[in-house]
Amino acid sequence: MAGHSMTSSAATSREEQGSSGFTKAQFVALCVLIAVLVVGPFFLYPVFLMKLLCFALFACAFNLLIGYVGLTSFGHAAYFGMGGYIAAHCAKVYGLTPELSIIAGAAVAGFQGWIFGWVAIRRQGIYFAMITLALAQMIYFLCVQLPFTGGEDGIQAVPRGKLFGVIDLGPDMSMYWFVAAVFLGCFLLIHRIVHSPFGQVLKAIRENEPRTTSLGYRTDDYKLVAFILSATIAGIAGGTKSLVFGIATLTDVHWSMSGEVLLMTLVGGLGTVFGPMVGAAVIVTMQNYLAEMGAWVTVIQGVIFIACVLAFRRGIVGEIGNLLRVRL
Amino acid sequence: MDEIFGIPAPLLFGQLLLGLINGAFYAMLSLGLAVIFGLLNIINFTHGAQFMMGAFASWMLLNYLGIGYWWALILSPLLVGATGVLLERTMICRLYKLDHLYGMLLTFGLSLIIEGVFRNEYGSSGMPYRIPAELSGAWDLGFMFMPVYRGWVVVFALLSCIATWLVIEKTRLGAYLRAATENAPLVQAFGVNVPRMITLTYGAGVALAALAGVLAAPIYSVNPQMGSNLIIVVFAVVVIGGMGSILGSVITGFGLGIIEGLTKVFYPEASATVIFIIMVIVLLARPAGLFGRA
Repeated sequence: MAGHSMTSSAATSREEQGSSGFTKAQFVALCVLIAVLVVGPFFLYPVFLMKLLCFALFACAFNLLIGYVGLTSFGHAAYFGMGGYIAAHCAKVYGLTPELSIIAGAAVAGFQGWIFGWVAIRRQGIYFAMITLALAQMIYFLCVQLPFTGGEDGIQAVPRGKLFGVIDLGPDMSMYWFVAAVFLGCFLLIHRIVHSPFGQVLKAIRENEPRTTSLGYRTDDYKLVAFILSATIAGIAGGTKSLVFGIATLTDVHWSMSGEVLLMTLVGGLGTVFGPMVGAAVIVTMQNYLAEMGAWVTVIQGVIFIACVLAFRRGIVGEIGNLLRVRL
Repeated sequence: MDEIFGIPAPLLFGQLLLGLINGAFYAMLSLGLAVIFGLLNIINFTHGAQFMMGAFASWMLLNYLGIGYWWALILSPLLVGATGVLLERTMICRLYKLDHLYGMLLTFGLSLIIEGVFRNEYGSSGMPYRIPAELSGAWDLGFMFMPVYRGWVVVFALLSCIATWLVIEKTRLGAYLRAATENAPLVQAFGVNVPRMITLTYGAGVALAALAGVLAAPIYSVNPQMGSNLIIVVFAVVVIGGMGSILGSVITGFGLGIIEGLTKVFYPEASATVIFIIMVIVLLARPAGLFGRA
């Protein structure tokens, strides 16, 4: 998909990048992020923060695809949800340690991303979105039917276990530090990917695919690897979430979850480094406070979607970056 | 002939009929999607919600105003089509210069709003809509009982698909439409009011979805989620058929409905996923879709 219209914020002047790949403004934002991660649990309920971090990581993984390659996946719930199911199953039935459970979930999600990406990349643009949505719906029906997912009940009472078999993650604070470390690690990994030579090719594909092909790059291979990476990280997010809450359910594989992560990324700012996590924070906080309003939450989400599409296509972080004339 | 391939004939034909009915809805919805996509270059994610609105409009006409099925068959598509025109004029028309993605996001947001509002108002449990007296009862075909209403749905859906095809392929209006799909600025240069045509096309596509909704009301219970579950399957149907050809979407729609029905007989576990599996196979063999142009 030719994504030139959605990347106007990326067209701002090229700034000096340090050896870390962060611009000055991004480095400041990163310091703020780390400060918030450290101070956060002393002011806010750690379980809420962990939920927020899981969704923030999910949105960052999604943004890797939509923001940097210009591929609109409408089925990312499949990787998020499957990562959650596999991690929960490994931790509960096989008694694996949390890090191994999450790795197993991520591996299955990544494998699934490999197969689905291989199929979906045959078509572009709007068809790509429809194909990923249909494939994710197939996974949803599989999760309804397969015995190991527990159908409507999901997998319940998943133990958090002991990290590396040593550190007990049962207390919320120790689990929080683990989740924060996973989040920060994956976030830096995504940033590293985006600013590697590989990431430069991805952005070239987003801007002009035929031209990238003419330069000798096999664009389909690049798209597939990006797809697998995005699915894997989405699987890590899903696996971590299922361990935090001790439950994996059909909600996380449902198509509305794919819509939600899209909304988070859009609200925060497509193709921005910090946008997806800000968007996730906004949407998760909103759902938390409006939970008793029932179906009106869906209506409000729809209104936000429309407002973003019609008026704030840059998203929150994109707009701030535009005001300050920096890339965030 | 009581058994065919070891399956009792009434069961087989019963599922075939159900498959045909599902196929009729797939055909009508994918047809509307294809017409809208052809001219507007937008995948109308609201299509499922508009199908649901068609069913609800006829339920409301009956329960609030006492207007029966036959009038609803005309009035509901007109009413829902009018809301479609309104949406196109106020929102969708602002997106034509942008990436396709935004059209999909906007219509997705709209479908969330519409379904959310209906769910608040009417809850998630469905409401019944009685089959009109003229179409109730069943025919004894010798090998199975055929409910009259189900036969009516298949025939009526087929007729409305053929009518749509005739309008697009054989009339002057349809010729303008096809020309504008190929090259809108040129058609506008010849003095055709293309923006108005786009608006009306969207309205017509929406009306077709609403018409399918009216037909579906007596078969399924009228509930706010009836469209969103269907629309994802219809997307797969559209990918399989390709959106290039009108007749192609009709044939694909009915064909996949029948295959789904047969799967329910021979391997029920796969009936929910069979269309997606076919989609994968078609994508591997013919990425442009059965009737699509690359």
